[in-house]
Amino acid sequence: MSFLELEDLRIHFPTDDGLVKSVDGLSFSLERGKTLGIVGESGSGKSVTSLGILGLHKGGRARISGEIRLDGDELVSAGPEHVRALRGKKMAMIFQDPLSAMHPYYTVGAQIIEAYRIHNPVSKAVARKHAIDMLGRVGIPQPDRRVDSYPHEFSGGMRQRAMIAMALSCDPELLIADEPTTALDVTVQAQILDLMRDLQQEFNSALIIITHDLGVVAELSDDILVMYGGKCIEYGTAEDIFERPEHPYTWGLLGSMPRLDREPTERLMPIKGTPPSLINVPSGCAFHPRCAFEGRTGGKAKTAVPELLETEGGHLVRCHMAGEERRAIWENEIKPNLESV
Amino acid sequence: MVTYIIRRLIWGVVMLAIVSMITFAIFFLVPRLAGATSESLAARYVGRTATAEQVKLAAERLGFNDPLVVQYGRFAKGIVAGADYSYGPTVEHCPAPCLGYSFLSRLPVWPDLLDRVPVTGSLAIGAAIIWLIAGVATGVISALRRGSLFDRAAMSVALAGVSLPIFFTGIVSLVLFSYGRPFAITAPGGSYTPFLTNPALWAYGLILPWITLAFLYAAGYARLTRSGMLETMNEDYIRTARAKGLTERVVVVKHGLRGALTPILTIFGLDLGLLMGGAVLTESTFSLPGIGKYAIDAIVNQDLPKVMGVVLVAAFFVVLANLLVDLLYAVVDPRVRLA
Amino acid sequence: MSETPEPLLSVEGLEKHFPITKGLIKRQVGAVKAVDGLTFDVRKGETLGLVGESGCGKTTTGRLITRLLEPTGGTVRFEGHDITHMSQGALRPLRRDMQMIFQDPYSSLNPRHTVGAIVGAPFRIQGVKTEQGTKKAVQEILELVGLNPEHYNRYPHEFSGGQRQRIGIARTLALKPKLIIADEPVSALDVSIQAQVVNLLEDLQNELDLTYVVIAHDLSVVRHISDRVAVMYLGKIVEIADRKGLYERPMHPYTTALLSAVPIPDVKARGGRDRIRLQGDVPSPLNPPPACRFHTRCWKAQEVCKTVEPPLVALAPGHQVACHFPENAPAPADAAPEAAVPAAPGAATE
Repeated sequence: MSFLELEDLRIHFPTDDGLVKSVDGLSFSLERGKTLGIVGESGSGKSVTSLGILGLHKGGRARISGEIRLDGDELVSAGPEHVRALRGKKMAMIFQDPLSAMHPYYTVGAQIIEAYRIHNPVSKAVARKHAIDMLGRVGIPQPDRRVDSYPHEFSGGMRQRAMIAMALSCDPELLIADEPTTALDVTVQAQILDLMRDLQQEFNSALIIITHDLGVVAELSDDILVMYGGKCIEYGTAEDIFERPEHPYTWGLLGSMPRLDREPTERLMPIKGTPPSLINVPSGCAFHPRCAFEGRTGGKAKTAVPELLETEGGHLVRCHMAGEERRAIWENEIKPNLESV
Repeated sequence: MVTYIIRRLIWGVVMLAIVSMITFAIFFLVPRLAGATSESLAARYVGRTATAEQVKLAAERLGFNDPLVVQYGRFAKGIVAGADYSYGPTVEHCPAPCLGYSFLSRLPVWPDLLDRVPVTGSLAIGAAIIWLIAGVATGVISALRRGSLFDRAAMSVALAGVSLPIFFTGIVSLVLFSYGRPFAITAPGGSYTPFLTNPALWAYGLILPWITLAFLYAAGYARLTRSGMLETMNEDYIRTARAKGLTERVVVVKHGLRGALTPILTIFGLDLGLLMGGAVLTESTFSLPGIGKYAIDAIVNQDLPKVMGVVLVAAFFVVLANLLVDLLYAVVDPRVRLA
Repeated sequence: MSETPEPLLSVEGLEKHFPITKGLIKRQVGAVKAVDGLTFDVRKGETLGLVGESGCGKTTTGRLITRLLEPTGGTVRFEGHDITHMSQGALRPLRRDMQMIFQDPYSSLNPRHTVGAIVGAPFRIQGVKTEQGTKKAVQEILELVGLNPEHYNRYPHEFSGGQRQRIGIARTLALKPKLIIADEPVSALDVSIQAQVVNLLEDLQNELDLTYVVIAHDLSVVRHISDRVAVMYLGKIVEIADRKGLYERPMHPYTTALLSAVPIPDVKARGGRDRIRLQGDVPSPLNPPPACRFHTRCWKAQEVCKTVEPPLVALAPGHQVACHFPENAPAPADAAPEAAVPAAPGAATE
């Protein structure tokens, strides 16, 4: 049994316009000390997944089914009080924009102290020492002074460090980082990614990184899960995804991004169209209206939802095309174009 | 911070000076534009039996023949140094903050006004406490249970509250709750008793005006709090607070309400400042001898010095409230830097 | 260095200082030097990329060039006309030739106007009569940027983010401008949409003979789209060069660090790359470090960097750097950089 297991997780929101299937049958597992990268565009369901694990998806309105097992503890059917007690202690989260994610009226120290004292019955003085200690560990200079600063007095990078210190204050075993570096400058992003890598090794926690940036995922992840329209469409090791991706959407993502490590290409190879609305997900394979290879599925793509099937060694792909065909397309049609002209 | 306060205080004084000039100009120019002469103005002060000679003398002594600027200068000097008024055989001394002298009641305005401040203060502060607690509590509960029966009922009542004028709700409450009425909760007589004389009677006498006045304001505050809370509870930092594992009560009160309260405090300060200058309708509906009642009586009697005094006192409270609100803002929101 | 006799846009010593006031009488005690002495040319038909981190002044630069902000120093020349302090009225005819694309396709379109009204607005404002009527002209532009011309009467909220950015681009194209300043044109868009818009910008450039100044923080996008790239740091250009020179042989340590900080989607390269990690954040432009502004974060900094500001000098043809200790400097490096020496004849061809 893995440390974190999701099984057929579904999070649906009834709205006036229809049922929004933000997460629609998601399964994966993650061990302690490992990092999973969840990649997807806006509306792919990646952020709702992470909020769902922590039980933070908008409470009353959402319909959630399936199973989330954290260390054998099933969370979907557990009472809200049970999940609350785990939040912050056993599982913690880092958010995208540390300026809006920290309360503007309380000092950074007060917010870390608060996080620590909910789960640890210690005096304020002890918690304060712990907060200073945590700030020092995430690389904030003069933590004993900075502990009394307000979030707006920190720079962007320092704020994200403080946010990480807050998330790690109770030594969580599962850490979820939702676009942790998107709001940061590139040189600061590099620092934060280094910090997260170091801290994960130190704490041996399971780490989920949610991002749209394939570069960030490549830097940190052991495994990668690509989401589209609320479903996992490809899952594999980082090497699987970057060296031998098999889903046309993954190819599209790779073809869409200019890369610094290659000769510049003449043209990018974008995916046509736009990400689907989750209210009105296309029939069959949700990606088929944008897929360049839809014609090679014999019309199945429009009518039948493809299964998520193993192609080799734990590499899962949700596509109607046969494995050999996909690998041939990758080798002959996609990969050469990505290399350069 | 200190420079900021000094700058604001200077501005406050300038502001009051401008207000006094404008009021002065209005009250002394308008009658003349309407055709009044110095003599006809002075006639009101010396009584109907006076001879034309006496009237002329009074006008001269009152300085009605001087140019406007000179008259204003005299008025302003009175505020700083006090003034002496005489229109007949006697000379009335009006000590230092002399806001004028009522020739009708034959009293300086300032001490008279000062007597009224505790009444208006009692009314305003008491009502403010009630409306703040009731309004904010209603707003918070409505926001948290948006769309519920409570929310809809509370917001309907709130809508009624902001729409209905005091003289309506006031009279309804008098009919229902005053002494001798079916649901009496007030003392016989219903007049004002100073707090120091008898606190119980003080509160007893004020309970009805408090509730009536608070109802009007609580309604607005409930709506304001509700929308503020709805906005704040969608903030990222609320999600962070929940992610830490805080209980919902702590999330709502310590994180949500704290975030939503800032604009409410601002408006609260300004409302209170305005009311301190006289809750005109409430005071006259309930016959409370406060600044508002004083103002109404002064206007009815065309007692200009009194009206001037009320305007200045009211302006003073508003300017003061503005300053306090801005200072409070810096305390409540650490991001605000005063410079 | 210039191939054409006269650049389309020529910026010299451009400055924008925002005053800081203090005290009772609001006397000025200092200035935020958001842009502090920029000099560069943009030639007709090329794309100049302007990169840098937050607070480097790249957005302010864009607004100064288009005169959305009033420069406090220096000159901006467009097609030879000095437009630095031109009145808004005199600028109006020039606005047709110089347009701006904004980052946020959500807030830069008026939600109450139809697409037709938005894209057609420049015609009305400039009083331009078109042969076939405004509607026809607008529909042609919509088609050009890949939108359905039948969507003429729809409102911005009916479109996705990428389509909205296309509407924004269509609006700038209405009057066939010569120069387009694009401020973070793709950073608010999804990855797959970014690529569509980048391709669109390139196609339009070829078709309409446009000149671009692209302002962006994403070094990969800038490399893809630009012919030349200027790197900014705290209001100054620290390095400007053609794309190949800048990305392959960066000379300024800051450029080197920026490039090395970009995460690469290559699993095999993990840990294998030479990494330069800068310490700390970008200093506040309110109080930038003296002399070389990068010296507080630079691993090569010496005493001289704290006292003498390095001038922007050409160390290779078309490659200017402001650094006392440049990397990858060409062979005759013993000569200490003095003034902007034009490349000696015969020295360094690639």
